[in-house]
Amino acid sequence: MIYREAGQFKSSYGADQAIFPILQDRIAVAIMLAIAVVVIPLVAGPYWLETILVPFLVFSMAAIGLNLLTGYCGQLSLGTGGFMACGAFFAYKLSTAFPELHIVLVFLLSGLGTAFVGILFGIPSLRIKGFYLAVATLAAQFFLVWMFNKFPWWNNYSPSGVISAPPRAVFGDFYLTGTQATPEIKYLFLLAFVSVMALLAKNLTRSRIGRSWMAIRDMDIAAEIIGIRPLFAKLSAFAISSFYIGISGALWAFVYTGSVEALAFDINRSFQVLFMIIVGGLGSILGSFLGAAFIVLMPIFLSNAPAALGLHISVELVSHMEFMIFGALIIFFLIVEPSGLARLWQIGKEKLRLWPFPY
Amino acid sequence: MPIRTISIWMTGVPLAIAAIGFFFSFLASLSPSFYFTWPYFLEVLSAGLLQGVMYSLVALGFVLIFKASSVFNFAQGSMVLFAALTMVGLIEMGLHWTLAFVVTAAVMVLLAIVIERVVLRPMVNQPHIIMFMATIGIFYFLDGFGQTIWGSNVKVLDIGIPKDPIFVLTGLVEGGMLVNSFDLVAAIVGAVLVAVLAVFFQYTRIGRALRAVADDHQAAQSVGIPLKTIWVVVWSVAGIVALVAGIMWGGKAGVQFTLALIALKALPVLILGGFTSIPGAIVGGLIIGAGEQVAEVFLGSLVGGAIQDWFAYMLALVVLLFRPQGLFGEKIIERV
Amino acid sequence: MSEQAKRIGDTLLRVEGITLSFGGVRALNDVSFEIKEHEILAIIGPNGAGKSSMLNVINGFYHPQEGTISFKGRERKRMRPYVAAKQGIARTFQNIALFKGMSTLDNIMTGRMLKMKRNFLWQALYWGPALKEEIENREFCEKVIDFLEIQAIRKTPVGRLPYGLQKRVELGRALAAEPEILLLDEPMAGMNVEEKEDMCRFILDVNDEFGTTIALIEHDMGVVMDISDRVVVLDYGRKIADGTPDAVRADQQVIDAYLGVSH
Repeated sequence: MIYREAGQFKSSYGADQAIFPILQDRIAVAIMLAIAVVVIPLVAGPYWLETILVPFLVFSMAAIGLNLLTGYCGQLSLGTGGFMACGAFFAYKLSTAFPELHIVLVFLLSGLGTAFVGILFGIPSLRIKGFYLAVATLAAQFFLVWMFNKFPWWNNYSPSGVISAPPRAVFGDFYLTGTQATPEIKYLFLLAFVSVMALLAKNLTRSRIGRSWMAIRDMDIAAEIIGIRPLFAKLSAFAISSFYIGISGALWAFVYTGSVEALAFDINRSFQVLFMIIVGGLGSILGSFLGAAFIVLMPIFLSNAPAALGLHISVELVSHMEFMIFGALIIFFLIVEPSGLARLWQIGKEKLRLWPFPY
Repeated sequence: MPIRTISIWMTGVPLAIAAIGFFFSFLASLSPSFYFTWPYFLEVLSAGLLQGVMYSLVALGFVLIFKASSVFNFAQGSMVLFAALTMVGLIEMGLHWTLAFVVTAAVMVLLAIVIERVVLRPMVNQPHIIMFMATIGIFYFLDGFGQTIWGSNVKVLDIGIPKDPIFVLTGLVEGGMLVNSFDLVAAIVGAVLVAVLAVFFQYTRIGRALRAVADDHQAAQSVGIPLKTIWVVVWSVAGIVALVAGIMWGGKAGVQFTLALIALKALPVLILGGFTSIPGAIVGGLIIGAGEQVAEVFLGSLVGGAIQDWFAYMLALVVLLFRPQGLFGEKIIERV
Repeated sequence: MSEQAKRIGDTLLRVEGITLSFGGVRALNDVSFEIKEHEILAIIGPNGAGKSSMLNVINGFYHPQEGTISFKGRERKRMRPYVAAKQGIARTFQNIALFKGMSTLDNIMTGRMLKMKRNFLWQALYWGPALKEEIENREFCEKVIDFLEIQAIRKTPVGRLPYGLQKRVELGRALAAEPEILLLDEPMAGMNVEEKEDMCRFILDVNDEFGTTIALIEHDMGVVMDISDRVVVLDYGRKIADGTPDAVRADQQVIDAYLGVSH
């Protein structure tokens, strides 16, 4: 009844190509943004901001990155953790070597550095496909984490190997990292930053470059025959994906945990991000957010649910159960809805269009 | 395999080993800190080869499943862990190891039936990459499930294989070469397993059906081969191969969570050998095992050690760049 | 006929002495012919005669062991398919090769790939010159969509379309590239009579309105004889005839190839 597009005619192709072509969608998005910017920082406590919303936004960034590569371009990567580590350590080296460099610039530059590493490890994708490539990306994962672990140059010869991110402000006294940073500032900064990056990613996917990625994903031979250079399409996907993932690694280390360590980016991190895009929806920017929310909330739910039911389960057992449940969920999603939560969202919207008169 | 291929390998491998040895001795002559002697080199090499047998055992399970269902089973490593955990758990409950082996084998068959029912059957005709991701789900599930039931402490799996170091080839090399007798047993078990599997596939009715399924699912179904049964059989066989691998690995390094990750090294082994070739899995395993051992001992110290973590993957990557189809795969002709 | 004769121009693409083999199998053996500007050339022959291989050679997907191809007077030897696309060679496939996860419109827009020049930073902003370029190309694609009468399925994912429409979308994707030569690999395979008639009409219209040169492979002799200006016949990788439809129909070798000969 309320949600209908009848009467909304588009008179230009530009209007037809908008991200939210329906008026109600635009209103809903505006309301959601207003809530996210104004209401949440006022209502949510530091626990919610620090342990749920901040990691959610950081992971969304990583999931967008992996989705560009795997969901849009069809190149399966298991090296996400390694690329996140790249971003984190590049950011650390940059911000300690050039303390006066603005923190946002540091993030962007470390993303660029990671993009370069991504291109290097993406070169094999020109000759190998599918599972072969997935295994090849494991080389990136293990090699990069090993490198950051082994060479003390990366942590400025810190004896403990664990280093904390230097305090940096977005502007004035608004500290984003270090002890003076407040959860509200972290959250608002991430919200703005990740939203802009997500918008840019969305734009890429509906432009020429995004179409060339999808063409390579759906049928690489035909793509080449209609004039898409596989070299350029694949490497650009690797580069831009790694750019996003690298920034998310830097955000993880600087804004979320506040410490930079290679072991935080082991292979399980790669799987975690992969699960996000499977659950959220391959080939969907919205799905990256939904998947990240799901995977961040799930363990919190799992560790609190038994207590709420009056059961006492050891922490260790909970973590094992978590593995089991994640595994089962992945299989469930792949069987029932391979397009993930994003598809469910779409189906919901289509239902809503007809509501309350189904015919 | 054609005679020509075999003869190339027979001459190429010793030459390659000799070349690496001479390269190292050249390095040693340049710098006194680079330790190298030929007996030591051979010892490291043989230790690596025996380690490689372990990788081959895990890779074998992958190849079986890939051949029969074109599913790239990422969960093979966690099947190894799960089998080993179950077996240790049963032995700790007081069962004799032979009985524990039989019960665990039954559990693996049960697991195969469940996987076929719950995962494979609903996913027939899905793209391969989706199936692959589903096996990552199985990987996670089995890791969690095994540890939920059996706990996550490091356990020792001992079925009475001697672990004494013994000297072999004392006549050939001065002082002989130090080899762990456990590794020798593992190598023999591996060889026997491969022989049994080869006979099974080549000469039994079910083996023939299996090869037909591997070639073309639909064609096989249309001549009356029951696809579902075949899949259960293959996953069961792969489960039992995983059990054998788990016993060997567990006996050598203890049963613990990291086993599943070590078993991941069977992936580069497959890449080297090609996904569908049993000889490929074995040769690939040996190359990876020997390569990473030699690299770790002689080169690892130059860059801070622990290069075993990634060496296998990098080696596979480099080979892929020059030979995308793997060492034993056929050249791919693409058609439109 | 006289009007047609006037329309057909000089040689656009010349194939000379092409030999292609896979391992021991000779797919093409010393094949030479030419495609003239604005004509409709049909390549026919029994199954396995090497027709699809020939198209694959022309657009650079297979590399022949011997022989040369010259396009617009310039000789080329080894090239990747995207270079051929850049020079103005577009094609459709025997088994439909659409991008199944994308909508009809997006599929046709991929055909405009080579006409779009803005770099990815502009594309990320989706604003200014990039937006202008996007809309200009969208307009062209809408023309193609109108021409092929597929307006209603513009936003449908092509995986959900019936076979006949998929073939049409694939033709649309090739047309969107504004090619100089259009290679069609069995454009009418598996269609019913009505669909075939539609497809014939589109092919003739493309040739007529845009002056696009067309080389097509087809098994339906009625169609071939009706719409083509010239016919090349392949058998066992060799060219056995080349001429107008009427001449080819009367050729003894062609009749033998199709009906078999008693030795």
